[in-house]
Amino acid sequence: MVHKDLAEFEDKLPLKLLQEIEELAPAAKLKKIAKKVLEEYEAAKIDAGEAVGLVSAESIGEPGTQMTLNTFHFAGVAEMNVTMGLPRIIEILDGRKSIKTPNMEIYLKSPYNKGKDIREIALRVKETSLGDVAKEFSLNIGDLTIDVVLDEATVKLVDATFDEIAKAVEKGLTGVSVKRSGNVLTLKLKEKDETKGLNELYRVKERAKDVYVKGVKGVTQVLPVKRQEEFIIITAGSNLKKVFELDFVDTDRTVTNDIHEIRDLFGIEAARQAIIDELFKVIETQGLNVDIRHIMLVADTMTAGGEIKGITRYGVVSEKASVLARASFETPIKHVINASLKGEVDKLNSVVENVMLNQTGPLGTGLPRLVAKREE
Amino acid sequence: MAKTFDVTKHVLVPKHTKLSEKERTELFEKYVIELQNLPRIAKNDPVIQSLDVKEGDIVKISRKSATAGETVFYRRVSA
Repeated sequence: MVHKDLAEFEDKLPLKLLQEIEELAPAAKLKKIAKKVLEEYEAAKIDAGEAVGLVSAESIGEPGTQMTLNTFHFAGVAEMNVTMGLPRIIEILDGRKSIKTPNMEIYLKSPYNKGKDIREIALRVKETSLGDVAKEFSLNIGDLTIDVVLDEATVKLVDATFDEIAKAVEKGLTGVSVKRSGNVLTLKLKEKDETKGLNELYRVKERAKDVYVKGVKGVTQVLPVKRQEEFIIITAGSNLKKVFELDFVDTDRTVTNDIHEIRDLFGIEAARQAIIDELFKVIETQGLNVDIRHIMLVADTMTAGGEIKGITRYGVVSEKASVLARASFETPIKHVINASLKGEVDKLNSVVENVMLNQTGPLGTGLPRLVAKREE
Repeated sequence: MAKTFDVTKHVLVPKHTKLSEKERTELFEKYVIELQNLPRIAKNDPVIQSLDVKEGDIVKISRKSATAGETVFYRRVSA
């Protein structure tokens, strides 16, 4: 907590300023300096009626024109393809449910993050299909069976057992029965149909290659990276829920870039923070300079309803009370027709509709109203 | 098999607390607002499951802020 001389300023000044005052100012003059700071702080505060949304829109929009349309690049890491630049910004602001390149940053618990066996640990996160652990698929045309020879070394590497794989294949592959002897799985067609048997067998073989056997579903690529003093795993593909079931994962720090996944798992406040972090990351890597308060305002707007709403005609804009404001965004005719069918009334309480009608809107000096008491 | 994890301990999750009846009226008076003016948090939000809140309650959120150190935010619980 802060110094006792500063106690009275605690709900007037932000914590960061108080800490700075305490750190930098001589102890005897704390109160005097805090008073001066408070004066400056009040003067620097944004005025009531200032069009902050408009300022934010311009402040993010202008640097946006200089952003690359490049979807390659990942800061510092080769081989991993992550959406960056303008496409990523649009993706976040639209609140898209499925993003182009989902990825996770998996932090590991203490003994595992030292870098020992990091590749093996990473492989346990990656989704493994039957094709990855098999040495050979051989078709037996006479019996209409497929023999899958498993590679023992690879199976061990992904921390699986033959039994486990047999079970997973039985579950994931319909229409066949699975028998195991040693490291050979024998897949047999359940339906005996001699005429199309052979064709079916080929098709089953192709399907069998993609059957999930081990690891985290959805994770197509893993990459161990050293970050500061510890090793983390960056993945392509995101599935936090399943990753959190692994015992070596640090569930307190592991994150994804999928804001909807964060909303579902960590709640709306975490999603807000994630939106800010993700947007700021893009802007920063593009070498642009946008004040974080603008981004915070956008994130607050997107999450104000308790779930993520994009800045689209289906999201935030559809919530506007004014017909004219909605019509001025996109698809004006649809909005005007629907409104007239329903007999909607526009109270002209906001800015856009007043601008359209060429009259003063409730911002700046147009905000204050005269209230008079009527004589009875 | 499913290992449980503590949502509230995650780096992205700020501290959520339920507002008492007294704090509620103080909040409304301080900012001259009504319940309807507050932003919402869904009833099924994973973070507030352990808080024993119902619809219409207010949740206080102490965020870590890059600009102010720490800021307080309020959300009303909605369906």
